[in-house]
Amino acid sequence: MTEPAQTEGPTEGQTEAQKEAQTDTPPEAVIRARDVAMRFGRRTVFKDVTFDVRRGEIFVILGGSGCGKSTLLKLLIGLMPPINGEIAVLDEEWAKLEGEARRGLLRRIGVMWQSGALLGSLTLAENVELPIEAHSKLPQAARALVASAKLGLVGLGDALDRLPAEISGGMLKRAGIARAMALDPEILFLDEPSAGLDPITSAGLDQLILSLARETGTTFVVVTHELQSILAIGDRCIMLDKDAQGMIAEGDPKKLRDESEHPTVRAFFRREAM
Amino acid sequence: MPTDTFSAETRGGRLHLRFAGPLDRAAAAARWDEAHRAAKGAPDVTLDAGEVTSLDAGGAALLVSLAGHEAAWVEPQDPAAKGTLERFRKGLSAARPAMPHHYRFRPVSALGAYTLDRYRKFLERAGFMGDTILTALGILPRPWRLRWAELLRHLDEAGTQAFPLCMLLGTLIGLILAFQSSVPMRQFGAEIFIPQLVGISLTRELGPLLAGVILAGRTGSAYAAELGTMRVNEEVDALKTMGLDPMAWLVVPRILASTLVMPALSMVMNVTGLIGMAIVMATLGFPPIAVLNQLEQWLSIGDLAGGLAKSAAFGLAIGYVGCRSGLSAGRGPRAVGDAATGAVVGGIVALVLLDGLFAILFFRLGW
Repeated sequence: MTEPAQTEGPTEGQTEAQKEAQTDTPPEAVIRARDVAMRFGRRTVFKDVTFDVRRGEIFVILGGSGCGKSTLLKLLIGLMPPINGEIAVLDEEWAKLEGEARRGLLRRIGVMWQSGALLGSLTLAENVELPIEAHSKLPQAARALVASAKLGLVGLGDALDRLPAEISGGMLKRAGIARAMALDPEILFLDEPSAGLDPITSAGLDQLILSLARETGTTFVVVTHELQSILAIGDRCIMLDKDAQGMIAEGDPKKLRDESEHPTVRAFFRREAM
Repeated sequence: MPTDTFSAETRGGRLHLRFAGPLDRAAAAARWDEAHRAAKGAPDVTLDAGEVTSLDAGGAALLVSLAGHEAAWVEPQDPAAKGTLERFRKGLSAARPAMPHHYRFRPVSALGAYTLDRYRKFLERAGFMGDTILTALGILPRPWRLRWAELLRHLDEAGTQAFPLCMLLGTLIGLILAFQSSVPMRQFGAEIFIPQLVGISLTRELGPLLAGVILAGRTGSAYAAELGTMRVNEEVDALKTMGLDPMAWLVVPRILASTLVMPALSMVMNVTGLIGMAIVMATLGFPPIAVLNQLEQWLSIGDLAGGLAKSAAFGLAIGYVGCRSGLSAGRGPRAVGDAATGAVVGGIVALVLLDGLFAILFFRLGW
């Protein structure tokens, strides 16, 4: 059973979407998932997953290891089709898109991978230029300017000509975000942005995500199991569970932490063994 | 068609560049050359973006690239477009352009650096060889320290799994050698000596050499890739911190396996090559018994033993080069590929060098 958590009164540090969500008309849904199910062989990863992601919010997909968070992310970005159900991203269904239409939707989203997934033989600036080169006819001078601006925004303005092997894990993640933002996407998907980072770097990355969400109005879908990050950045979340093979909670992470009666949700937010 | 509008006018000695409408990546790409041509050489520029209705990073890049340092701006009225432009400027102000690398050719320094680099690599290789020899000698009196299961796995992978390829190549080489030599031999009526020619070529030279090339391509590269990946994943460091010697665990079983399988691969190559030759001889009208008689008469056990001894040395060198390439791999993502390439190239070079040394040795020994 999915446990909803209602959002109440505005609090400090909210994104625009969160504030708007508390007005009469909530922002439009940019992602709609209905009864989504995924299975590998005979093993069901999850089923009956239904949720909306609203424009401008930071939406967190959370859960323990092996619950299918990253699999759900791959379904949302169209890397693989679900076994059952429907996923609409910006009113388009991946399954119905081919060729130029698919490329068109790819231009409107950005993905940051857990490891950064930067190409090792290219500098950070060249990595950021890559999607611009693939999806526009901008000349090299313009691409270089955009790459500089994007890397400057994530705090890597002095590392434009560094190779991925020459920078730290936190910098790799920042560079991954800069590359994901290269085409000014409407939705940014982040896979485990804080995983493997020290608390200070992790908090810095959370601040970066919050400031980008506030300043650009971009919708963020963040896959993570880092409790601090979830509470720091999440406007709304869904929680997946391996044993339940699906969603067990949906709503404001802070409300879920404080009010949820579900034993797994309580254990997760209170860091308790089950 | 771009839905934006762009105009360039000179008023009172000042160039006015005016943009209006949506200025996105596509519009910026379409206007880039035109706008830059108009702005070229103009001392004073006014950039009027007041009527830009939407802007993305591509459009912001066009505006900023035209502005230079002294431009006067009319900022976009649209709040979102203004925000995009401000963010773009903010990001750009935080970015320090990459410093160009001023390369100066200094031949003496370059030669010195190259020599030192070669010397360091030589020391590393000598150290690795010393480690390998000491570890192998240490295992000899205590064979239980060798990981026998690992050795058997490598014998299977490097040996039995390579047999089909060796059989195919051996048969084809035998066929080709016999066919090619039959043409000139026929002119002298000497086709009966083809078994002697092919037999000696195969057992003394081609069998071991081709088996060595197969081993370097299949197994040497696999050793380098496997060990290189283990190094990149810090598995080698993990072994060391557990008090386990990577040389004994990883290197010795592999080198031993490649040394042991090479004579077997050469033998497969020899036998299938002779079968290929016998097929050609049959088409030329010589029955198998005549071929066998020729081989028995001209081929000595010394030819075969020399070839097989050489094969074992080739196997040792190829296994050694593969393991060294893998364990000296760098940490970056290209490291594994570089290690595999180094293993194949190094293995084949070592093969040919050793073959030359054996040729001199056998000549001196009258073998």
